[in-house]
Amino acid sequence: MLEINFGPQHPSTHGVFRMTVQLEGEKICGLKPVFGYLHRNHEQIAENLPYAAIMTYTDRLDYVNALSNNFGYALTVEKLAGLEVPERAQYIRIIMAELARIVNHIAVIGFMLNDLGAFFTPLLYAFRERERILDLFEAVTGSRLMNNYFCFSGVKRDLTDANLAVIKKMILKFPAFLEEFEALLTKNEILCMRCQNIGILSGETATNAGITGPVLRASGVNYDIRKVDRYGIYDRFDFKIPLGQKGDVYDRFYVRVLEIRESLKILDQALTQIPQGEIINKKSLSILKMPRNFKPPVGEAYGRVESPKGELGFYVVSDGTPQPWRYHVRAPSLINLTVLEEMCLGQKIADAIIILGSIDIVLGETDR
Amino acid sequence: MTITIPPTIRGIEFSADMLFVTAKAWILTLLGRFLPDWLIVLASITISGVVILCLGPLIMMYLTLLERKLIGRIQNRYGPNRVGKWGLLQPIADGIKMFTKEDIVPAKADKVVHLLAPIAIVVPALMIFLVVPFGERMTAVNLNIGLLYFIAVSSITILPIFMGSWASRNKYSLLGGMRTAAQMISYEIPMTLAVVPVIMMSQSLSTNTIVLTQEGSYDMNWFIFTPWGIVGFVIFFLCATAECNRPPFDLPEAESELVAGFHTEYSGMKFALFYMAEYMNAFTLCGIAVTLFLGGWQGPFFPSWLWFSGKTFVLICVMIWFRGTFPRFRVDHLMGFAWKFLLPLTLINILLTALWQFTSNLAAWLWSILILGVSLWTLVKLNRTFVPEKRHYLLES
Amino acid sequence: MTLFGWGVLKGMGVTFKNFLTSYFRKPDEGGIFTVQYPEEREGTAENYRNFPFLVYDGAPEKIRCVACGICERECPPKCIHIEMELDAAGKPARKPAVFDIDYGLCMNCGMCEEVCPFDSIFMDHAFEVAAPERQIGLVRHKKELLKSNEYFREIRPALASAIDQKRKAVEEKKKAAAQPASSQSSGGTGSL
Repeated sequence: MLEINFGPQHPSTHGVFRMTVQLEGEKICGLKPVFGYLHRNHEQIAENLPYAAIMTYTDRLDYVNALSNNFGYALTVEKLAGLEVPERAQYIRIIMAELARIVNHIAVIGFMLNDLGAFFTPLLYAFRERERILDLFEAVTGSRLMNNYFCFSGVKRDLTDANLAVIKKMILKFPAFLEEFEALLTKNEILCMRCQNIGILSGETATNAGITGPVLRASGVNYDIRKVDRYGIYDRFDFKIPLGQKGDVYDRFYVRVLEIRESLKILDQALTQIPQGEIINKKSLSILKMPRNFKPPVGEAYGRVESPKGELGFYVVSDGTPQPWRYHVRAPSLINLTVLEEMCLGQKIADAIIILGSIDIVLGETDR
Repeated sequence: MTITIPPTIRGIEFSADMLFVTAKAWILTLLGRFLPDWLIVLASITISGVVILCLGPLIMMYLTLLERKLIGRIQNRYGPNRVGKWGLLQPIADGIKMFTKEDIVPAKADKVVHLLAPIAIVVPALMIFLVVPFGERMTAVNLNIGLLYFIAVSSITILPIFMGSWASRNKYSLLGGMRTAAQMISYEIPMTLAVVPVIMMSQSLSTNTIVLTQEGSYDMNWFIFTPWGIVGFVIFFLCATAECNRPPFDLPEAESELVAGFHTEYSGMKFALFYMAEYMNAFTLCGIAVTLFLGGWQGPFFPSWLWFSGKTFVLICVMIWFRGTFPRFRVDHLMGFAWKFLLPLTLINILLTALWQFTSNLAAWLWSILILGVSLWTLVKLNRTFVPEKRHYLLES
Repeated sequence: MTLFGWGVLKGMGVTFKNFLTSYFRKPDEGGIFTVQYPEEREGTAENYRNFPFLVYDGAPEKIRCVACGICERECPPKCIHIEMELDAAGKPARKPAVFDIDYGLCMNCGMCEEVCPFDSIFMDHAFEVAAPERQIGLVRHKKELLKSNEYFREIRPALASAIDQKRKAVEEKKKAAAQPASSQSSGGTGSL
């Protein structure tokens, strides 16, 4: 019985994450995830800042796709304070959220293939596409990764026609990349050998453990918050939810590829339907200028979005002062990690890394 | 053992083909003026030895640069291009880096074995250079058991890897070493059996004779243009990739799983020696594959050493191409592939060679394709783990 | 095709195609898009936000900032330090004597730009701000932070021209409001 430590410093644990694995030969008979190496007191910091300033810190939670975090937080505070969002801002929010989804899924697929040993080639192809989207983010929001773009009842800067043209061009070019990716990898024998029937998670276990996101949908359960809650204006768009059947690593990988296609459909529809108008509700402009004067009514609110990793929820309790009384983030990566041991028991050690990659964690969220 | 006096300049014709042979003969003639005969033999051996000792590391250095540039281009970026034009001085910079790094030996490691392992892996890698025919009359030592020597020496490389992993006293290295030993031993067998048809058809174990057997009309009568040659070449090439621990068979140094496998605890010059041995092995195995199946230095019109270098270069590029494209095999898949797929295929290949020995016309081709088709289909059916499953995905709203 | 090994060969075809196109295509269509920094530089977008800077109109003495301290209070990591200048009588003159921003703490969020009521602090584009020591190089003082309005117009033309128009309109209104008062007062003295 060998006890091995996939330590915090490891080339493929997606951040500072540690797994203590008990091995018998090559088989895993026990696995314990240890995290907390990136704890930055996000929730405690937020209790001392006015609501608008917390937005700048939410980018840093899931740093791969910062816009979904912004969306979730903006949604929660708007629920708490009863603010309304104008039409154009709603469309811009959806466009940004779906672009963030594409950005995240490309990164996940690339990194999963990197963990498999494909020596950066699929990763660099994926990042080539991702760069175009990140350049767009820089042109619109000011920053490639830490966007800080949403604000309460609107967004901070407008999308010009030039930006919309860039998005349209990108949508036209994207399917070619997906075809290339599929030709490179989806039927590849080595990939199938490594990923099929590995790390199977049944739909029942997943539902009982509170798993959400592509991991749940790959196990066959039809639960997508965009369809359930219909937040934003998602009910105006026509898109489908891909479901896997076996719940193994290959399914999780392929469900994400299909989700990218659905996101492209939503983007196409949003670009044709987007109206002219204001990007922020005039009544809330004062929050931007004087954050300290924004005192939402006493109460609590829980807002959730379908982030690319699962259900990202924000729980805010207000006591009438400019700072929140309690602020909590429901991080999908943390909750999805709870089934890691169950999925890995009985598999070989090389599979533990692949299974971890397929759950798609990011340590900023897990440790907050 | 007979000691032959190496040829001097009077008996050789001047042509591009014989450039290096002529150069060596010229040097020996120069020395022959004031040295006795037995010293000339020694000088001849020294010249060959010095050339190989310089050629080996030089090839390895520029192989690393070639690999980085090619993989860079595959991944849509430039390779190294800052150090010297086109990165040509990059290997020198790497060499200086390796020399000046601190040599860290773990506290509880077995110091003697830890030191011996990198040395013991470089020596066999250099020894194989002796039987590779670089051109016509350019084999360093024309052994008449050349092929057997090659197989024996390349099997030695398993031991230093295991020594290195054991002496490091590290769980990761131990896992890596175990995997390597299993992998390399498993892939020796299909490799040896894939070479048997060549021995059957050329009736000799000497590498020089094997190349000479492949001359024919326009010097293009290579073994690869026969049904057993194609199968044998593919099997030999895959086993050669596994023997050098190159991707997709690079489990021993799986970077994303065990940090660096058996050479985790090595730094500085010792690591450089491991690295050197891997690339030199890759080069010599490609060279042997060219000799056995692709006709060695045979080819019309160009000098023989140019043909050999060109063919080896192409094979090395294919190895680099593999590295840029494929994910890694897992350990049990690796073993399964060698024992359950490649090994039966080599035995069927021997059968095909025997068939070819009797006839070599269209009927033989058709029979070979039929036998191969049936056997491949059976093997694929029996090895169900290698076949991708078909998946269906529902799209619900 | 369901031949065994076909998926592998297709994958090799894709990488080979990428290898060839990297030589022959333009960066946008599959060629190499590496920018050889520092010999070639890509420009930054207009909205790109990096560290903050202060704007002056004309001469560095005509600084727009009045040292109100709002950005100091709103900055989330608290990297701004302001001290108001006191004139000869000890009363606050509306100018900062000390204005320090610690670039090591600044997280480029842009809150200071959003909350400033006097259009005096904006986010710069300069990103080559490495310094050998944190306290000496990265803490920027007022004279390093001051940049002219022309520079502002160069890096952010749309925003700068919008702000210039707004300020001109405000000035015109002030002048127009001051005009009738002055004509009244002159009439008053005239009548006296």
